[in-house]
Amino acid sequence: MVAWSDQERSIITSIFSNLDYNDVGPKALIRCLIVYPWTQRYFASFGNLYNADAIKTNPNIQAHGTKVLHGLDRAVKNMDDIKTTYAELSVLHSEKLHVDPDNFKLLADCLTIVIAAKMGSGFTPEIQATFQKFLAVVVSALGKQYH
Amino acid sequence: MTEFLSGKDKTVVKSFWDKVAPKAAEMGGEALGRMLTAYPQTKTYFSHWSDLSPESAQVKKHGATIMSAIGDAVAKIDDMPSAMSKLSELHAFKLRVDPANFRILAHNIVLVLALYFPADFTPEVHVSIDKFLQNLAMALSEKYR
Repeated sequence: MVAWSDQERSIITSIFSNLDYNDVGPKALIRCLIVYPWTQRYFASFGNLYNADAIKTNPNIQAHGTKVLHGLDRAVKNMDDIKTTYAELSVLHSEKLHVDPDNFKLLADCLTIVIAAKMGSGFTPEIQATFQKFLAVVVSALGKQYH
Repeated sequence: MTEFLSGKDKTVVKSFWDKVAPKAAEMGGEALGRMLTAYPQTKTYFSHWSDLSPESAQVKKHGATIMSAIGDAVAKIDDMPSAMSKLSELHAFKLRVDPANFRILAHNIVLVLALYFPADFTPEVHVSIDKFLQNLAMALSEKYR
């Protein structure tokens, strides 16, 4: 079980309560698909991803980016047991979606970068450390049910 | 084994770095400070410093040194292995930094680039910069074994 200080909890809830999910989610996913193009392999059914502009304007990607961020919400609300909260999602990503768990880290890094760009200097080194700790727990939980 | 930097990658990197250059020293200090804070295992390489906080003068100075070397690599982007030769020897025989840490520092540099240039550091710029930094890391670890 992961230990969270009161300060860490408040940092995470504060970041998420100030986020526009419809903006940040898609931006993070788009960035991931452009910077790490092999991740596009999981979105073959989403339509045109042939170039950066196609990715940026693809409505399925937009919707999915928002969905991913709402998924993170559940971890924010259950910080003391992210592993159990995500057990089903982990099974889904492994058995149905067949996502290489390494990719979770790539998307997590892109999300961190998008949030840093949004928050500017308000995204202090300490806040960055806490946010990355949170995402590391999420990434680990998502990979837990793979076998 | 380096990634191929296309002509477009090189143009993008050089042109973006022109924007970065005036603030490079400050940004380097910030990237290093963030790395030491968010990835505490990296502090093991700096046990000889008295202050490893982001505000530390030692951290800021060293971050500036790193960014200056990166700027040199940008200028010599057409022949990075030979441009990095001395630094490669330093990292191989003296510093012996585990190459996994180059990726960690690169992430923090990229984060600071996004923070300072939220509009200019587009995904397209990001991918070219990421490739460049990976190539740089490869050049630095070239002489390790």
